[in-house]
Amino acid sequence: MIELIFTDRCSGCGECVAACPSDVLALGSEGHPVIARQAECQTCFMCELYCASDALYVHPDCEKPVSLDPDQVLGSGLLGQYRRDSGWDEWAADPRYDNQHWRMEEIFALARASKG
Amino acid sequence: MHATASLNLSADVLVIGGGLAGTWAAVAAARQGARVVLSEKGYCGTSGVTATAGPGHWWVPPEQRQAAIDKRLASAAGLADGRWMARTLDSTWHTLPSLDRLYGFPVDDHGIKQYRALRGPEYMRSMRRLASEHGVTLLDHSPALELLRDDAGALAGARGLQRQAGRGWEVRAPAVVMATGGCAFHSLLLGSRNNTGDGYLMGVEAGAELSGMEFSAYYCIAPAGSTMTRSMVYTFGRYFDASGRELDIPQGPAFNYALARALLEGPVSCRLDRIPAAIRERLRYVQPNLMLPFDRSGIDPFRDTFPVTLHGEGTIRGVGGLRLIDDHCQTLVPGLFAAGDAASRESVTGAISGGGAVNSSWALSSGQWAGQGAALHARRQPAVRPGQRLLGSATVGLLPLGDERHASTALVEAIHNEMHPYDKNLVRSGGQLQRSLAQLDNTWDRLQQQTHARDPAAVLRWRETAAMLATARWCYSSAVQRNESRGLHQRSDAPGQSAAFDVHLRSAGIDTPWVRHDAVKSSREVPA
Ligand SMILES: Cc1cc2nc3c(=O)[nH]c(=O)nc-3n(C[C@H](O)[C@H](O)[C@H](O)COP(=O)(O)OP(=O)(O)OC[C@H]3O[C@@H](n4cnc5c(N)ncnc54)[C@H](O)[C@@H]3O)c2cc1C
Ligand code: SF4
Ligand code: SF4
Repeated sequence: MIELIFTDRCSGCGECVAACPSDVLALGSEGHPVIARQAECQTCFMCELYCASDALYVHPDCEKPVSLDPDQVLGSGLLGQYRRDSGWDEWAADPRYDNQHWRMEEIFALARASKG
Repeated sequence: MHATASLNLSADVLVIGGGLAGTWAAVAAARQGARVVLSEKGYCGTSGVTATAGPGHWWVPPEQRQAAIDKRLASAAGLADGRWMARTLDSTWHTLPSLDRLYGFPVDDHGIKQYRALRGPEYMRSMRRLASEHGVTLLDHSPALELLRDDAGALAGARGLQRQAGRGWEVRAPAVVMATGGCAFHSLLLGSRNNTGDGYLMGVEAGAELSGMEFSAYYCIAPAGSTMTRSMVYTFGRYFDASGRELDIPQGPAFNYALARALLEGPVSCRLDRIPAAIRERLRYVQPNLMLPFDRSGIDPFRDTFPVTLHGEGTIRGVGGLRLIDDHCQTLVPGLFAAGDAASRESVTGAISGGGAVNSSWALSSGQWAGQGAALHARRQPAVRPGQRLLGSATVGLLPLGDERHASTALVEAIHNEMHPYDKNLVRSGGQLQRSLAQLDNTWDRLQQQTHARDPAAVLRWRETAAMLATARWCYSSAVQRNESRGLHQRSDAPGQSAAFDVHLRSAGIDTPWVRHDAVKSSREVPA
């Protein structure tokens, strides 16, 4: 579920509030999003993909909220991982993050072959 | 929610649902010159199961089509139709390349453009742009709650809720495309939370029928406690029981059954150490969301074992949905069209799942056919008059605001208890289906006792609960009737396929679900 919003990184653009398919986030009085309805979160990571400032963190546990240490998450290098690996925005021109989704087929073929 | 809508629009075509099928429907209707409004419960671009997955299409060059159709017909257990398959293959082949400008299809190591499989988020972002370029009015965070009729009884649009703006909406339109996706009963299947069967309920309330609802027993593997149902890597998996003993979980159609059997006995863990090193490093650039749960829980899936589970998909990679009666994907209700997972996919998948290729091709194709059909229908129809009073068609679970005595969560849990357990849904038996139906009937009575919803968000939750519950009852009522095993529908008390059930099971009925057997009429000849 969505767990953390790093307001000092947040530009207040509102993209995450619009893009969250479950309407979990709302713009707070300070102009930054707040987690308004965490129980509705479907752990889809879309808010992270749409946040060009890498200011959101979704934890993979989809059953219950967890308590996290924001400083540890900040230092983990995981913020913005999904957006970078997807080659969005400033990563679009970086060949390391080219879209290799088409390889799915050869990976499946390899799996079948390796079973003999 | 019976108050006057505060956003009032009129259109030729209203599309309900902005996933893969709905966006293609909106674009196709606009290309016919129709004024189109699209209502989406979440956000058009991130909502629905397409956006979070990586749909591979049924992408087959013309010279290989007949063989592909023959192969699918053979596995469809007599319920599919080669003519619809040929149409779907043809439309996929012509449509995908047209998205190149927005999606930017990558090239393989030989410089050849790869069209077959698209990344969900980029695909749906492109579809949102394409719809906007075609002048489609997009209403995000605007779930439809019920269809509308005029005083002569003709379909006249829909009304719903703008949940972020905190007001209602009403769109007057003589043609509506239902593209609300399938129903996974709030399982933890990735991206499926908004797919609660609303379109099945709205359609049936307006007079449509369903078909194939018994084929609703698909499941998908994920790391336990996560939503990440991306199954590709699990074809390399090795599986272990609680004592560390390696389990024999064969790949292919038997996989889910073997894994479910093991899970019923205790926890099952998986290790992906058979994935070659070169591929491990690539995985995150193939499927960027696949590794998120592992990286964020400190699991190295290539070295460590991690617990796995199966999430239910209901009709999503199942088959059932609104019954279509013509090539434009019209339902029994004149002017109401259905596409994607909201429609029955029996004509292209028969009794087996269309996951992996056929379903996305079907969504893209049926979406366009429905959009065109809706635009043509609207052209022949007088516009819905602005002043005319329209009647809502909701019959259950659409509650006025007021003092809410219970939360809908208890009812959702009761639906879970019947629809998710592997020994109730994946492996079925007549006796258990009857017991589950009795429980669902009880839950239905509890739903009927609700009189008010606390706030607009609760209005939506109750209506979704009603849709899930109605869908569950249609699924199991059909499953009871099909007293045999065929494709996705496996009955331990009736193993084996029986010629007596070479039929389509139609269903509908709100308070009292009913099921009818219709003989299979398929056109076997395939146009060249
Ligand atoms: C993990 C996964 C992987 C898959 N992989 C493949 C694959 O590789 N190949 C393949 O062929 N198929 C695959 N499928 C199936 C394929 O994704 C679906 O068939 C396809 O996405 C269906 O598109 P759709 O538009 O009908 O539904 P969706 O994309 O789910 O869209 C439905 C939309 O309707 C909206 N909605 C619901 N109710 C309302 C309402 N009341 N008002 C307004 N809007 C509403 C929802 O918010 C949603 O956005 C996969 C499915 C899953 C779950
Ligand atoms: S993970 Fe998905 S549902 Fe949860 S807040 Fe982010 S976008 Fe919304
Ligand atoms: S998308 Fe990111 S930067 Fe924009 S409002 Fe949300 S958290 Fe802030």
